[in-house]
Amino acid sequence: MGSVSIITGNQAAALGAKLSNVQVVAAYPITPQSQLAELLSQYVESGALKAEYVRVEGEHSAMTVCISASTVGARVFTATSANGLLYMHEQLHWAAGSRLPIVMCCVNRGVGAPWSIFNDQQDSFSQRDTGWIQIYCRNNQEILDSVIQAYRIAEEVYAPVMVCYDGFVLSHTMMPVEMPEAGAVEKFLPPYKPHSILSPDNPKTINSVLFPGRRENTQGVLCDGFMEMRYKLQAALENAPAVIKKVSSEYTQAFGRDHGGMLWEYKSGDADILVTGLGSVASEATVAVDILREEGIKAGVIGIRVYRPFPRADAVKAFENARHIIVLEKSISYGYEGGLCSDLKGAFYGTGIKAAFDNFIVGLGGRDVKAREIVDAVKSSISSAERDPSNAKPKWLNCFTG
Amino acid sequence: MKKDENISAMCDPAVGEAGKTGDWRSVRPVIDQNKCIPCIKKKPACFLCWLYCPEGVVKASIPVEIDLEYCKGCGICAEECPPKAISMVREDK
Repeated sequence: MGSVSIITGNQAAALGAKLSNVQVVAAYPITPQSQLAELLSQYVESGALKAEYVRVEGEHSAMTVCISASTVGARVFTATSANGLLYMHEQLHWAAGSRLPIVMCCVNRGVGAPWSIFNDQQDSFSQRDTGWIQIYCRNNQEILDSVIQAYRIAEEVYAPVMVCYDGFVLSHTMMPVEMPEAGAVEKFLPPYKPHSILSPDNPKTINSVLFPGRRENTQGVLCDGFMEMRYKLQAALENAPAVIKKVSSEYTQAFGRDHGGMLWEYKSGDADILVTGLGSVASEATVAVDILREEGIKAGVIGIRVYRPFPRADAVKAFENARHIIVLEKSISYGYEGGLCSDLKGAFYGTGIKAAFDNFIVGLGGRDVKAREIVDAVKSSISSAERDPSNAKPKWLNCFTG
Repeated sequence: MKKDENISAMCDPAVGEAGKTGDWRSVRPVIDQNKCIPCIKKKPACFLCWLYCPEGVVKASIPVEIDLEYCKGCGICAEECPPKAISMVREDK
């Protein structure tokens, strides 16, 4: 049993990285991530963390340093937010395509323009298709535990992992967090074994141009073309849910805490109405569900913890008996709807799930989402008689849309 | 044939690892040994073609040799040759 500290989400993430014995950190400060970058540089300077902190001039370089360090066999960490994450975008594809187990925290923040430093999830959502695994945390304990788990997952799947948590709502809010023992974490997380190491003893050409077709190399190996390499990444992510669930249950055995593998459930067993979302908004929905149940409405929550790979099989099981699904999202695919809503509908196509969907866009740029407002959103959804799925636009919660 | 076991693209540095790049060529360098300085003097000299070749396919030998399996026909050697000993000849001629 470890000690309990009252800490912010950023502190929890920094301690998670420290407990994971990261060897190289390269991060550029950006609100609301800054405290995380500062803490890690302090750990390195004081000698509390035996790592190299590489100072960089921007996020693109931060990810490039992580890619290089991971390629020569180091366990690496970085973190960013919003426009910093978008500035990294090209290198995110490069990290995933190189199959490097980099772990990065995305402290979720609205993307400019117009400028905002406050929370939504448009930043990490817009990086959905880069080949990164995405985990969304609902509290500070989950941030710390998820960073440690992320290294186990990344280093088994050989894919980078983004640990996402809501800016300010979690990053700057203090909560009690139980600290695992360093020795126990070392036992849970064995040293990083790269799939290949670039070294002067064994020079390699890494990520040379691949052609549309396969091609024999000088050693008589029929080398993959571009498409075969892409397939290997997809296959790895298709197999990742099994690894994520295994790591989650082993973590529970070692430390006694279970945050759910791919998703978590709250009072969903007998629920007709299921509210779903990612991160802290799903946590807020549990308070709303308690209020709804006091009023006799059988509601529950499904919190999506891992968004990529998408928890298709788990979601089909978790939403099996839902009559009405309310999707709360802190991001939107402009011109359509929230991405989680689209993905859930897609996952349920052809299954027995015929639930009605209501998609709420909530909390953009830090607009508060109160449990009471979620209660009202659920009630207005179940009472609305008209329902035309061919014209089901998302509704904007607590927003003047007139 | 052996399967590619790598999960990311990589190869060992070796001649021809990127394929027979010489087949991209539309013009090929032809050396006139009566003008080429090391060929005339019969000793190591000049070798600017070897120095400038971006593909490393020129051999600094006497006589100078060009590996047409991998020469892409860019013509830099012909451009740099002080006595204009190299001419670029169309492959279809």
